[in-house]
Amino acid sequence: MHKYTTNSLEIKNAIQYCDFMKTYEEINNKIESGSAVVLTADEVIDYVDKKGLDEAANEIDVVTTATFGPMCSSGCFLNFGHSKPKMRMTEVWLDDVMAYAGIAAVDVYLGATQLRYNDPANMNYPGDFLFGGGHVIEKLVAGKEVQLFALSYGTDEYPLKELRTYITIDDLNQAIMTNPRNCYQNYNVAINCSEKPIYTYLGKLKPNMKNLTYCSAGQLSPLLNDPYYKTIGVGSSVWLAGAHGHVYSEGTQHASACERTENGVPSEGAGTLALTGNMKEMDPEFVRGVSFKGYGASLALGVGIPIPILNKEILKYCTVKNSEIYASVIDYSSTYPAREGDIVCKLSYEQLRSEEVEINGKKVKSTSLSSYSKALKIAELLKDEIKKGDFALSKPYKMLPVNQGMQPLNIKKQGGAK
Amino acid sequence: MSNTISKKVLLSFSGIASDKPIVSELIRKYNLEINIYRAKIGNNEEGHMAIGVTGDEKLVNESLKYLKSSNVEVKETETGLIWDEEKCASCGNCLTHCPTKALHITDSHSRRVEFDGSKCIECLSCIRNCPFGACKSFF
Repeated sequence: MHKYTTNSLEIKNAIQYCDFMKTYEEINNKIESGSAVVLTADEVIDYVDKKGLDEAANEIDVVTTATFGPMCSSGCFLNFGHSKPKMRMTEVWLDDVMAYAGIAAVDVYLGATQLRYNDPANMNYPGDFLFGGGHVIEKLVAGKEVQLFALSYGTDEYPLKELRTYITIDDLNQAIMTNPRNCYQNYNVAINCSEKPIYTYLGKLKPNMKNLTYCSAGQLSPLLNDPYYKTIGVGSSVWLAGAHGHVYSEGTQHASACERTENGVPSEGAGTLALTGNMKEMDPEFVRGVSFKGYGASLALGVGIPIPILNKEILKYCTVKNSEIYASVIDYSSTYPAREGDIVCKLSYEQLRSEEVEINGKKVKSTSLSSYSKALKIAELLKDEIKKGDFALSKPYKMLPVNQGMQPLNIKKQGGAK
Repeated sequence: MSNTISKKVLLSFSGIASDKPIVSELIRKYNLEINIYRAKIGNNEEGHMAIGVTGDEKLVNESLKYLKSSNVEVKETETGLIWDEEKCASCGNCLTHCPTKALHITDSHSRRVEFDGSKCIECLSCIRNCPFGACKSFF
């Protein structure tokens, strides 16, 4: 009885006097002791609605966000170790997919969208692109055997000129996933206003606006829950397909200076993250090669990012709902390829998820390329890891730029004349 | 009392068996309505046919026995379209391409994609559109 009174008094005092500031250290101490209060970005919406922002901010330590979808700017650095005799690998193929070998002797970078040797690509349009770098990465993570073929010109200290062998991820000294652009804050919705079907990285788009494709986890997506990058920055720990990785830089094409709604949420691509993590720790369920008819091969990845609830403002951002997040619908048959700015309209993720939307009086089928089901699973997995004390948060050592634009590429004559 | 039933069956046969006019016999001998969803039959090659049969329950069962006795492999309750649940990432890209909602979402919160083989008409558009290679054809 006495204990109960003390506890409730303590809570009351805390609510009254604390201005809800927590530090990373405090949150990590709670995580370590197994007492952290963790909710997913999906659950937190109703929770804050019920408890009120003040009380919820005091209670909640971490909100987990997640996304699962194709992320083309992904790949990995691999180190094969040295053969006997040694070889300075100049050209390297893994399962006939070329890896970049213009680095040290037995290091390569394998990119997600690299096609297999002799893939006919779009020569027989639309091509199938059944196997590429993303599929090799999937095989490696799944522990499967991959053929390594390498050529070299031969040097005095690296005499071997040709090598063919079979490896698994366990044979590699390092397999470090290094992705220059992941986790787009928001993303275009693709539609086709022309009279012919088109094949894009957002799938097949039927003519005359019969369907559209969006690609975001919406209210669960990491950067939509931290629109001004108050907690996610360079050095933040992330759950990268099961591995404990981190943000190593702003992502390529990070363009935070963009149109935002009142709640700060961008209605275009905006921010991106460069992520890295140890591929040997990854779960194959969340590392998947993908093929887009007529477009190419890529890699679908699952990413989870914990947001520390340092104060009320940060929690408020985490309560963003699908109905409050808008994305721009863009014609991928004309304005997108021509790099023009026109948009067809803006739709909320609530509308997009209703499977049918109305544009200019026309009914349009709406589907996703991002898996909400997998994103939910990741947010739950990350929540469990944090609750068990297995996943610590890290304070970014550098914040992401909040007001940065993006430059186009101008095609000009040598010396600068257009 | 006759009891009319409908069934989807997948027939596989060797080149020799495919010389027989199987479909005609099902119609004439057993008075069945046949809906051929998809067929691949070649000379001296193995053949496959995904069909729907509708008719009197007794006659349907007798017709299946007849097919088996004619060296036709009969797979009931199977479609020629194989949906690999493990490979499916539930992105939902197929939903717009599946004309009969055989591929569908039941729970709007979890948004997990499920497959109902009885609704599949084997148009194979899911195979062409699944980025994860979750859909395959048996033949």
